[in-house]
Amino acid sequence: MERDPGPEGVRRALGRLVEAVLASRGEANAVFDILAVLQSEDHEETQEAVRACSRLFGALLERGELFVGQLPSEDTVMAGSQGATRKYKVWMRHRYRSCCNRLQELLTHPSFEVKELAVSTLMKFVQLEGAHPLEKPKWDGYYLFPRQLFKAVVEGLLSPEDDCSLLLSRFQEYLEHDDIRYHTMQAATGVVGRVADRYPEVPLTFWNNAFTLLSAVGLPRQECSTSSFYVKHVELSRTWKVVHLKEHRKAFQLMWLGFLKHKLPLSLCKKVLVIMHDSILPHLAQPSLMIDFLTRAYDMGGAISLLALNGLFILIHQHNLEYPDFYRKLYGLLDPSVFHVKYRARFFHLADLFLSSSHLPAYLVAAFAKRLSRLALTAPPEALLMVLPFICNLLRRHPACRVLVHRPLGPELDADPYDPDEEDPAKSRALESSLWELQALQRHYHPDVSQAASVINQALSVPEVSIAPLLELTAFEVFERDLKKKGQESVPLEFIPAQGLLGRQDDLCAQHFTLS
Amino acid sequence: MGKATPAAARWKGPGAPAGAQGGRAKPNPNPFEVKVNRQKFPVLGRKARHAVGQPGVSRARAVQKRTQTLLKEYKERDKSNVFTDKRFGEYSSNMSPEEKMVKRFALEQQRQHEKRSIYNLNEGEELTHYGRSLADVEKHDDIVDSDSDTEERGTLSAELTAAHFGGGGGLLHKKTPQQQGEEGEKLRSRRELIEELIAKSKQEKRERQAQREGALELTEKLDQDWKEIQTLLTHRAPKSENRDKKEQPKPDAYDVMVRELGFEMKAQPSNRMKTAEELAKEEQERLQKLEAERQRRMRGEDEGGDTRKPKHLSADDLNDGFVLDKDDRRLLSYTDGKMSIGEDQSGEASDGESEEEQGEDLSEEDPEDSSDPDGHSDLESDMESEDCGRPDREPRQAPGKRMTSGHRARGATRTELPYTFAAPESYEELKSLLSAKTMEEQLVVVERIQTCNHPSLAVGNKAKLEKLFGFLLEYIGDLATDDPPDLRVIDKLVVQLYNLCQMFPDSASNSIKFVLRDAMHEMEGSVEARGRAAFPGLDVLIYLKIAGLLFPASDLRHPVVTPALVCMSQLLTKCPVLSLQDVVKGLFVCSVFLDYVSLSRRFIPELINFLLGTLYLAAPSKHGQGYTLVHPFRASGKNSELLLVSDEADTATWQRRGLSLRWAGGLKAQTKTEANHTRLSCLAVCLALVKHCVLLYSSLPSFHDIVRPLGALLTEHLADRRHPPELQELCRSTLADMEKQERRCRPLICEKSKPVPLKLFTPRLVRVLEFGRKQGSSKEEQERKRLIHKHKREFKGAVREIRRDNQFLARMQLSETLERDAERKRKVKQLFNSLATQEGEWKALKRKKFKK
Repeated sequence: MERDPGPEGVRRALGRLVEAVLASRGEANAVFDILAVLQSEDHEETQEAVRACSRLFGALLERGELFVGQLPSEDTVMAGSQGATRKYKVWMRHRYRSCCNRLQELLTHPSFEVKELAVSTLMKFVQLEGAHPLEKPKWDGYYLFPRQLFKAVVEGLLSPEDDCSLLLSRFQEYLEHDDIRYHTMQAATGVVGRVADRYPEVPLTFWNNAFTLLSAVGLPRQECSTSSFYVKHVELSRTWKVVHLKEHRKAFQLMWLGFLKHKLPLSLCKKVLVIMHDSILPHLAQPSLMIDFLTRAYDMGGAISLLALNGLFILIHQHNLEYPDFYRKLYGLLDPSVFHVKYRARFFHLADLFLSSSHLPAYLVAAFAKRLSRLALTAPPEALLMVLPFICNLLRRHPACRVLVHRPLGPELDADPYDPDEEDPAKSRALESSLWELQALQRHYHPDVSQAASVINQALSVPEVSIAPLLELTAFEVFERDLKKKGQESVPLEFIPAQGLLGRQDDLCAQHFTLS
Repeated sequence: MGKATPAAARWKGPGAPAGAQGGRAKPNPNPFEVKVNRQKFPVLGRKARHAVGQPGVSRARAVQKRTQTLLKEYKERDKSNVFTDKRFGEYSSNMSPEEKMVKRFALEQQRQHEKRSIYNLNEGEELTHYGRSLADVEKHDDIVDSDSDTEERGTLSAELTAAHFGGGGGLLHKKTPQQQGEEGEKLRSRRELIEELIAKSKQEKRERQAQREGALELTEKLDQDWKEIQTLLTHRAPKSENRDKKEQPKPDAYDVMVRELGFEMKAQPSNRMKTAEELAKEEQERLQKLEAERQRRMRGEDEGGDTRKPKHLSADDLNDGFVLDKDDRRLLSYTDGKMSIGEDQSGEASDGESEEEQGEDLSEEDPEDSSDPDGHSDLESDMESEDCGRPDREPRQAPGKRMTSGHRARGATRTELPYTFAAPESYEELKSLLSAKTMEEQLVVVERIQTCNHPSLAVGNKAKLEKLFGFLLEYIGDLATDDPPDLRVIDKLVVQLYNLCQMFPDSASNSIKFVLRDAMHEMEGSVEARGRAAFPGLDVLIYLKIAGLLFPASDLRHPVVTPALVCMSQLLTKCPVLSLQDVVKGLFVCSVFLDYVSLSRRFIPELINFLLGTLYLAAPSKHGQGYTLVHPFRASGKNSELLLVSDEADTATWQRRGLSLRWAGGLKAQTKTEANHTRLSCLAVCLALVKHCVLLYSSLPSFHDIVRPLGALLTEHLADRRHPPELQELCRSTLADMEKQERRCRPLICEKSKPVPLKLFTPRLVRVLEFGRKQGSSKEEQERKRLIHKHKREFKGAVREIRRDNQFLARMQLSETLERDAERKRKVKQLFNSLATQEGEWKALKRKKFKK
């Protein structure tokens, strides 16, 4: 076979070969040439070969020129005395299989174009095989799907070595289809289990890939009548599992549980928890099964606990979960970092929800209020602007806690009776204390904060202040707001003349810093 | 019966006395006169108005009234004349006759004195002299002076003398011959005499007027003629003109003097020059006032809508008062080159190095102030033009500047540099002006740009200088980011910035806001992307410091200071400390922050966190007991031992010095020893700041909770005895200060709010439903029915009254007729009687005759 230099020549040559193979069975041996090009080092040539294979085997599948049924080994068939047609079909099926194997290998190809092409070709084969199954149906109306081929695709996508996020985002468009989604979930469950068994220390890239694929799977909220199938079927049967959303949910649950039962890295845990309440819990067949993972995460402490709170809340709220010592743990979560973490808004939103019940005991609410105000001594202004109304809301909801800001006949104390190191809110003696911290914050440098803290000087007004708009407040917004605030028409000026950069002699800058 | 009253009113004439006084029911009526109207059913709540009546009494009342009114009219029915008495108060019964008389007299007097015009004061009583008005006499005097005196000298002079010399005699003298002549013919009455006199004087007046008009016409004509001739004269002979001039009397020296004195500008009153003590006192008062204002703003009291109007500077003000409001300045600065108050002030501000020196400047400039208004006279104002005033001032200002600031070198640079600079239009222009010059030269250039473009010199200068502020700020930023940063120039430029800021507070605040926003925006970008940001360059730190110098940092809410505070808070919370350089920057931010709140003593949580973190970085042994590190510090990590001294030997050689800001700009190529020394210096600064915080916040209610982590860390520091003794001492004293503060926890008590007043409801008015046929119809219908009903009743009443009137009249007529008949009967009877008597007498006489 003559080789023209360049991809153009290769394409023309491959095109001729494909034509020849399709035209007559006699030219069948040209398939070997095509498969040989598939092994090429050159990216362009490989791509051309993939396209040629796609065209060739696509046409063969449609014509039904591949052997259907349990594939016998090549040698026995060739040696046997069956008809030439059967021999040809078996032979061609074997070529098809080797082609598919090669395409799977190409999924780990360094070039993204090749990978992408390989995926789309394989998916095309999946579609055609589904339409023209290579297996014999066991009974009439039996659901057939090229599971083997598809599992191979998923396994290729969930590579333990390479980061396949781009490829996965390409693959995501197939997940629109119900059948692909269903089989992806099944395949992914298997792959994750196998990989986790195979490696003693599962590489991070695998987890990332798996998470990308898993999080890309999104189930519809309600069962819709017009399900879209990737593989075209003449008629959908109600007996097929794949058409029922319930089965999908089961598969979804199996997939996630299988994924989460392994020891995940912390960053991935966070990612999972972030999407937990929104994309995972609503689609599970039995959401309460997630309790193990959530409890484990909640006990982990730090930001992960904050995130696990959301999932736990849904379980408690909607699925009747009984969680012992929930408030005690929540109390334990309050440390200075809650004002600085990224998930501050979410945490306080949930904390507001948890503490919104008016049936909570007063000592508990008092402990929370006292703890929060103690922490407020280390908070930045944007957080203070949120947490001060939060504390005031607590006091408003629970009139029994108002002694924290109003104790008319209380004795003067030597020290604050509140014990900040006590883990149990019941023993923290918060109810005997007062919120002196808020009094200190009335001297805060930011006028809005000191104003918010001064609310406790008067008797608290009845309506609660909505903290929802304050949750997402950032320092930059505070800054912009201050900048745009229109004060009096003239800007007040310093009347002591400036003498230099560092100010006067008694200024701290002048004391501690020099210009030289 | 009750209807008698309206009927009587209807018939009452205008002159009729207010009646019905006698008809009032007596308290104890005669029981036989009382008639009780029996009520058929007693109805609860109904008022029985006519339960008891006195028919006799009321009938008598009605009859009496009718006799007074109706009968009167009836009697006067055919009479056309009516007698009305128009004297004041004739018919009013509530005035006593004496009062009436007094009032009438007063009215009469008033009528006589009534003036025709309220503005004419003398009209009522014209002053006369011998029956002639004095005004006339005066008019005659005027005319005597005029040209008419030649013809009528004789007569008028007599009059004149009469007028002047109290001339009762004169007038008599004049009158006498007349009278003598007339007495011969007939004796005329005095009245006729006066009339004649008046007529005569009027005629004279008319004549004189005619004469004067003629004379005026003549003069006008003469003037016109002269004008025509004048042109010829000028053409012909200038000499004659000269002669004319010479003919004019030379102005007398005295006259000249008088005129000059009249026109001369009088010395305006001015304050006396003040002594040094007074000036110092004033300065002190001014500072006290400003301090009070600052305190007020610090407490945030002006937020309650206290809108101070810019005070007006009086003309006598020595303008030593520091004026905050820009509007004032604009009010007082003139556009022409004269020295104005605004200028003086800015001049002071520009060379005010310190308060005492400012005071001296003032005393130097006072004579100028007092002499300036003299120069504003009309004659000299043109001479003192713009180019004269300014350069005159500049050198005067320059030596003072040199003396006070003590930069003798600048004198030399001044001579080399050009004197005028155009204000830069762009930043590049300013940079090219300032680049490659020494510090002194740069300062002189900036100063001259300001003087040459003073807002009082030209209209657009204000905008130019406002821009200059922004450019200078940018230039400072550039200087700070340079390597190495040129901090000395910045140090001096700050003074210029301060002066510019005093002149244009609004634009200056806008520029500073702009650079702060830039810095924040940059930081926000990286915070959004990575959750943290690197410490910004030295320029941002310097901007923050400058903002604190230019604006009062103690204000509760200030358009520049508050954003700057938020910006610093961001620096301390979002920027992790990754290097020694970051530590220096962070500590500088801390110092600036504390300087901001040094007066207001406000609480800064972030600062405590940062100091805690920094102390942690320097702690040799970390137990982590009793404190929790706050973001951005972490308990463990590669930077957690950033401030640990790596070599013990360096501890001994270290000496405490101030941290250099240069290190914050670019700290590099330090030897190990130097780095260790820097670490110790940082620790020293940090400990000093901690001590400062402890002292500053000792009065806060939860002071011990705030400083507890710091205390724990300090104890850790002390436990390890590796620090230099000086630092150990600092730790110890800080701890002692913490402990010294007594723990007192007074329970919180809300302020008593006013008791909420009970809600008071205004009563709801509901119409009581009347039962009857009126119910159910609309309001208009009801009103209509009511009116119809009323009309009907009134109509009936009126008809009844008329009927009774007629009855009364008929009765009267009947009685009249009866009376008349009786009279006639009586008269007839009398006639018959007399006739019978006559007849009898005649018969008796006849009988006697017969007898005889």
